[in-house]
Amino acid sequence: MKGLSCKSRKALLSASCNNGRSFDNFELSTLTPCQSPSISPYMTDLNKIRNFSIVAHIDHGKSTLADRLIQETGTVKERDMQAQLLDTMDIERERGITIKANTVRIDYKADDGETYVLNLIDTPGHVDFAYEVSRSMRAVEGSLLVVDSSQGVEAQTLANVYQAIDADHDIVPILNKIDLPASDCDRVAEQIEDVIGIDATGAIQVSAKTGQGIHETLEAIVHQLPAPKGVRDAPLKAMLVDSWYDSYLGVIVLVRIIDGVLKKGDRIRMMSNNSTHLVERIGVFRPEREVIDELGPGEIGFLTASIKQVRDTRVGDTITTEKQGITEALPGFKPAQPVVFCGLFPVDTALFEDLRDAIDKLALNDASFSFEMETSAALGFGFRCGFLGLLHLEVIRDRIEREYDIDLITTAPSVIYHIHMRDGTVLDLHNPADMPDMTHVDHLEEPRIKATILVPDEYLGDVLKLCQDRRGAQIDLTYAGSRAMVVYDLPLNEVVFDFYDRLKSVTKGYASFDYQMTDYQQDYLVKMSILVNDEPVDALSTMVHRDRAEARGRAMVEKLKDLIPRHMFKIPIQAAIGGKVIARETLSAMRKDVTAKCYGGDMSRKRKLLDKQKKGKKKMRQFGQVNIPQEAFISALKMDN
Amino acid sequence: MLEDWKTGGFGIYIHWPFCQSKCPYCDFNSHVSLEIDQSRWSRAYIAEIDRYAELVPNRILTSVYLGGGTPSLMNPDVVHAIIARIRHHWPTINDYEITLEANPGSVEATRFQGYAEAGVNRISMGLQALNDRDLKRLGRVHSVTEGLEAFEIARNTFDRVSFDLIYARQDQTLAEWQSELKTALSYATDHFSLYQLTIENGTAFGERYRLGKLRGLPEDDQAFSMYQATNELCFDAGLLGYEVSNYAALGSESRHNLIYWRYGDYIGIGPGAHGRLTLSNGRYASEGWKNPGRWLTEVESGNGDRVLNELTMQHQSEEFLMMGLRLSEGIDPVRYERLSGKPLSKKTQHHLTEIGMIYDRDGKICVTSNGRMVLNAIIQEFLAD
Repeated sequence: MKGLSCKSRKALLSASCNNGRSFDNFELSTLTPCQSPSISPYMTDLNKIRNFSIVAHIDHGKSTLADRLIQETGTVKERDMQAQLLDTMDIERERGITIKANTVRIDYKADDGETYVLNLIDTPGHVDFAYEVSRSMRAVEGSLLVVDSSQGVEAQTLANVYQAIDADHDIVPILNKIDLPASDCDRVAEQIEDVIGIDATGAIQVSAKTGQGIHETLEAIVHQLPAPKGVRDAPLKAMLVDSWYDSYLGVIVLVRIIDGVLKKGDRIRMMSNNSTHLVERIGVFRPEREVIDELGPGEIGFLTASIKQVRDTRVGDTITTEKQGITEALPGFKPAQPVVFCGLFPVDTALFEDLRDAIDKLALNDASFSFEMETSAALGFGFRCGFLGLLHLEVIRDRIEREYDIDLITTAPSVIYHIHMRDGTVLDLHNPADMPDMTHVDHLEEPRIKATILVPDEYLGDVLKLCQDRRGAQIDLTYAGSRAMVVYDLPLNEVVFDFYDRLKSVTKGYASFDYQMTDYQQDYLVKMSILVNDEPVDALSTMVHRDRAEARGRAMVEKLKDLIPRHMFKIPIQAAIGGKVIARETLSAMRKDVTAKCYGGDMSRKRKLLDKQKKGKKKMRQFGQVNIPQEAFISALKMDN
Repeated sequence: MLEDWKTGGFGIYIHWPFCQSKCPYCDFNSHVSLEIDQSRWSRAYIAEIDRYAELVPNRILTSVYLGGGTPSLMNPDVVHAIIARIRHHWPTINDYEITLEANPGSVEATRFQGYAEAGVNRISMGLQALNDRDLKRLGRVHSVTEGLEAFEIARNTFDRVSFDLIYARQDQTLAEWQSELKTALSYATDHFSLYQLTIENGTAFGERYRLGKLRGLPEDDQAFSMYQATNELCFDAGLLGYEVSNYAALGSESRHNLIYWRYGDYIGIGPGAHGRLTLSNGRYASEGWKNPGRWLTEVESGNGDRVLNELTMQHQSEEFLMMGLRLSEGIDPVRYERLSGKPLSKKTQHHLTEIGMIYDRDGKICVTSNGRMVLNAIIQEFLAD
């Protein structure tokens, strides 16, 4: 059967994240059981299945390669092709990143005459989604390691390839972009062996752009990657790989069947919370949805069961049948744990309810995003939101602004601090504004990370300085050819904000970076307040290390001086710890804002000018007598040097 | 109760849209045209005057203002016909004022005599600068000598002559301006309009500014110092800054412009001319067709106005505030409240008083001399409530 085109799948997926807009009937028709000869009504023979993921650094050509594999096997007709089939959200395409796991089932008639079912899971590539990546990795048996042969191995490649190794994957190295003049396959193959420690002698040379090596890649998937194992006549054991909300079908759950068979009408149980659901549909992605009768061991597909919230379907959870199910869940399940927090407030206070609505809808599709209402003396009503990382934060914020058209004030991102009180209790601090009176505090602990940075030799000095400036402690420094690999222990709070931007800037984009959370450590941390016109602006409060406070405070007040427009009076801008001012700038008073000539006719023009200024003011928030522009809250925190 | 406009008076503005050349800073509705059928224009003005006379009869006229463009390019008989027609329809106050704007380049003694005979009793002379380099930069066709000669002719013909200068010009220093202004003040006239150069969109200067090619404009702090110096020098010469950019000896203020600033009623006649008129069912804003040719043909088919919109209470109160705060005499908060239906925010008044932007004088709200330079921001504060 002809499924819906990729474009309509995109529309359908974006519908699910777009104000609950429903899609048209044509797309519904694709959900009827299909008679396609290419899919057997029964599950596929385990030996004919290959499940794999693609590990690659951003821009090393993962999505293009996936597109080629889909195209080469005729899974999608030429005319339906659009670049980056699997990245369905605008933001994914724009940024060239993958946020949700996507999957595609490819039928491939191999050179040995047999037809194989290849299931590709396209995983998120960013550190913020490391847990999601690890679950996707557990759902497949092998990986294609794609390295740009003109660039070499990058930190993100490393992080993900280690995940693949952890998941016992067989790995097929692929040297991509061999059409580029700068391509150097021997050097990069050697680097793969040196840095990653896997044999790269049989690496396939590919140009996803021209199509060279695609056939060899497909053959390698069939012959070098193992078939999945699993028992058909066993109780159902399936892993929940990912899930997303669809306004029509409810939550769509991506599953990998380990043992047993999943059928329509089964009553299933989520083992993390024992919730049960009736399976309504089962299907696969090609990459559009196609309904089939059942999924057997080794297969990857989706189910729907009228589940209302993505929150009820946790990534990494084990699914079994309600009755005669298994008792032991798959290892490694972890509930989503936000690590970065910030306040989101509507610039226009009247839009609070709209913001609530937008956040509710986004949360339907994103279990890792947490929120609770917050009130700020200065900003009014808003939400304190938790994210997996800064990219996640930016994605959510961009989506609220774009899809729901609400201008936001984003307050300083914060991590969770452990506050050890004198009475022995320990509090989690998500928001510097909630910092208790220091006299009751014994000490503070902050989360640390282990950061891995790969950087060309010539930028190493800048990178070391950056890490040093961010209170890092060096753990390791090794070389692979002309590239250095530095491992640093860093406080997360120094990284959440603009570390990655700074890293890119000091290395002209040549460094790659990855991190994992390690532990909490005690340090001398203080809350730094910012006072504008002698009034504290809680949205600008941050936790800083005492030794860095002066420099940080000076940088912030200097920035704010540029960011806040002149007023009719001069405005002191101060950074303070407790009652002690540690930095101060004065924004001088506006000197000229007058219409020199104003007569009868001019009156109308002046009105227009005033109306325009009024609109500009709506993009600002008033603190006491001072208007602070929306962008100041984030810009003030960025450290340029 | 007294109709609101009566506090401001009633005037008529006549717009003559033609100039000999277009100045690069000017964004008024002015056009350069070689062939102007003055008698046809005269008939059009008369027709509009007649039309308005039916709309607002029985009023006592405070003033007439012939502005432009360059009204001193009008034939004196056209000016005569216009003034005669106006006076035919409306009686005037005793010390009524009829002003004509003149450019020094277009001044001839006989012509001025003609204007005086037509009834013009005040000239507003656009000298703009007393230095030839700057006159050239401002695109003026006259020289300083020609300007001063024209000024002399005007003074010999009319009792009241106002002197226009533009300052805060490109590359102008504070000392230069002080010296130039002192020279101007030495000509001992009783009214000065002293404008800081404003770069407007849609002008040659605006375009050059946008491209970053208009250099040497003073920074805001410098402009502020120049404004202070201007206020001081004028004060010493016995001229009070009765409005943001206007200075006069007591009693010599422009009566016509005061109508605008006191939010009175005025008829606007001519291309792009604006009017504010209180009719039996409300207060209206009018605007003539902007294009001179279009205006002419529209008038000939019965009505030269493109719009006649009723002003809401909010609109009226905002305009009253915007205009009234320009005056040193300030605004009456009671009048504001009557127009808007709600009082001016006490909180805003308190704040603006505290930061030295406004003060209370016998119940009127007045802007301080520091406040005047940031008047837009003050108005913004009031309107934000």
